[in-house]
Amino acid sequence: MNEQEFRQEVADWMATHLTGRFACLKHRGGPGDEEAYPALRKEWEQALAAGGWVGLGWPKAHGGRDLPLALQLAFHEEYVRAGGPGRIGHIGETLMAPTLIALGTPAQQARFLPGIREGREYWAQGYSEPGAGSDLAAITTRCWQDEDGRWRLQGQKVWTSLAHESDWVFVIARSTPGSVGREGLSFLLVPLDQSGVDIHPIRQMTGEAEFNSVFFDGAVTEADCIVGKPGEGWKVAMALLGFERGVSTLGQQMHFIHELQLVVDVARANGAARDPAIRQRIADAWVGLQGLRYNGLRMLEEDTSSTTVRPEALIYKYAWSNWHRELGQLAMDVIGLAGDVRSDDDAVRRLQQVFFFSRADTIYAGTNEIQLNIIAERGLGMPRA
Amino acid sequence: MSLTLSDEQRALQETAADFLAAHTNARKEADADAELWSRIVELGWAAVQVPEDFDGLGLGPVELALLMEEMGRRLVRTPFLGNVVLAQTALLQAGTTEAQQGALAALAYGERTATLILGPGLDAEPASLSVKARRDGEGWVLAGEAAQVLDDGLLTHAYVAARIEEAPGVALFALAADAAGLTRTPLDVFDLTRPQARWTFADVRVGAEARVDDPARVLAGLARTRVLAALQLAAEQVGGAAQCLQLAVDYTKERVQFGKPVASFQAVKHRVAEMMVRMETARSTVRGVAAQVAQGAQGNGLDDAALAAEVAAARVQATEAYRYCAQEAIQLHGGVGFTWEYDPQLHFKRAQWASQWFGPTRDWREALAAHLLDAA
Repeated sequence: MNEQEFRQEVADWMATHLTGRFACLKHRGGPGDEEAYPALRKEWEQALAAGGWVGLGWPKAHGGRDLPLALQLAFHEEYVRAGGPGRIGHIGETLMAPTLIALGTPAQQARFLPGIREGREYWAQGYSEPGAGSDLAAITTRCWQDEDGRWRLQGQKVWTSLAHESDWVFVIARSTPGSVGREGLSFLLVPLDQSGVDIHPIRQMTGEAEFNSVFFDGAVTEADCIVGKPGEGWKVAMALLGFERGVSTLGQQMHFIHELQLVVDVARANGAARDPAIRQRIADAWVGLQGLRYNGLRMLEEDTSSTTVRPEALIYKYAWSNWHRELGQLAMDVIGLAGDVRSDDDAVRRLQQVFFFSRADTIYAGTNEIQLNIIAERGLGMPRA
Repeated sequence: MSLTLSDEQRALQETAADFLAAHTNARKEADADAELWSRIVELGWAAVQVPEDFDGLGLGPVELALLMEEMGRRLVRTPFLGNVVLAQTALLQAGTTEAQQGALAALAYGERTATLILGPGLDAEPASLSVKARRDGEGWVLAGEAAQVLDDGLLTHAYVAARIEEAPGVALFALAADAAGLTRTPLDVFDLTRPQARWTFADVRVGAEARVDDPARVLAGLARTRVLAALQLAAEQVGGAAQCLQLAVDYTKERVQFGKPVASFQAVKHRVAEMMVRMETARSTVRGVAAQVAQGAQGNGLDDAALAAEVAAARVQATEAYRYCAQEAIQLHGGVGFTWEYDPQLHFKRAQWASQWFGPTRDWREALAAHLLDAA
């Protein structure tokens, strides 16, 4: 398919569908704004699904469209350009589904993929624990099988995004008693709506609550709700992270472009655009954005030497999260004194959210410090201590 | 646009890397320069961007950037920057067809070695030009002084942008480096790999044929020359930054303190990782912008304002990355990093040199800010 035609098709679809009752969703939702219209955003997910926009990269055999990366990226870009709301189904679509397609049984695929593709079932990720953050292998949540084969769980997960809006959670838990580190873990699929699961929202510094603590107290799931074999949980968990592939991450660059434009608009409106120091910083923000863009393009290109390290992929998370955090600070410096007050203006409010929420960007999905360790060890062959 | 190198481009890069690893002259006496320069000319590198119509190789900015990156890595001291990146580009962008026919092949194959003289630091603004030209019968007289010219003593010619009375106010002259009335005074520079001289023009007389610009294109052409050359300089800066990173990684893996290689300490790892982030980001941008310029040569390119903005991004990133990596390379070498014998100091000086030529980053940022903020 021709990319220009495809882009036009996305843009046309968005223009005709992100209207009426969905109009209030424009540029809403996503990290930092997840409390915005969750019920309506689920309906929007179903509209997207009906339009054929979910599972673009999945194989056709699983109900996807098997589109190449370039078109998947084009979709994300056009989606954001049109003001498409933050995706509430992204954990299912971009993490759970590819994992099931690669490593799940046919029965699991038949059971779970349609719910994800049709926007009916939502997923959360149960990896981190209070004692297992950067050191993910320090997991202590336990799981075991009852006599009838059903799995039971005991323990606590934390920073579970959108658990309160989700139907299922995938969990890594310790199935071999006494095991340590990456051994003896299993990857389970657990329904959230049951008496053994207790979800507590965590109030963030932004005032909102998008994350949760999830307590499992004898929580139960069916015998076949395990991906891989017992004890292979670490392998599955890491494979899942590998499926992300950066496509949706690259789509976020369109959010960044939008946010920088909001900063420019505010600066022009309130006179900050005349401040020489602010001018240098706005230019720097644009320069940084170009770096992310070209780095992303390089990342997406065919890998002709797949055995070598891809430096552009290794540095990407560290680069974008730090850029975004800087943008948040720049935005507030441009807004000035008025930044102290929660704004009624959509643009200013969005920038205030960026300022506060971007403090999480350099912590989740591998802190800055862990990212730098990974870059040094995998990218430069620096020895482990 | 593609950022992936073709097999031919990869081969060129590898050839250049191998050749320069064996032949760098950064620490040799200056008499090694002529030999290295003639070898580089023999390899055809000076013909890379010359169109096939002018007997060149007809390749483009991507190939040129690969060569610049490798030369930056090895701090090669040759007239390449002045001769190829500046003089050839100025002739291509602002020269008449006759002048191109007469000189491009000579510049490509070593019969002529030239530099380009614009305003200070290769500023292309007409007001910054410090050499003036006045009519003298059929010919011209050039007068004034260019305080810092890229001149390593191997030059046979210079292309001099001079201010003139009549429209468009600027003309480009080809001048023999030993012209009567011209005095070249070598300068005592810190970066010995980028020799400079002060050129004094005491009524240098040239014939009418010395004027090589197409008056309709000269202003825009020289401005574009500066932008395209800045992109190539950014590629050179990326190469230097990459080498600083390599030096720091190699040294810290080897250096043992407290019974361990210092490379195993997290404080050291984080510094080299940060170097890699900045260098690779700049590399992505330089490659991407060069690929866009190459695409532009096929007729679907950026307009001048968009090109300048893209190059500004490459230029700012590469400048910051090189300075950062050079500074960190010294720090991570500890005491020996401060000595003459180790290479980080060479890069530190080159990085500083490169940060000021073609305009400092604050000027590129301000131009970007104007582009982003001041549009109607």
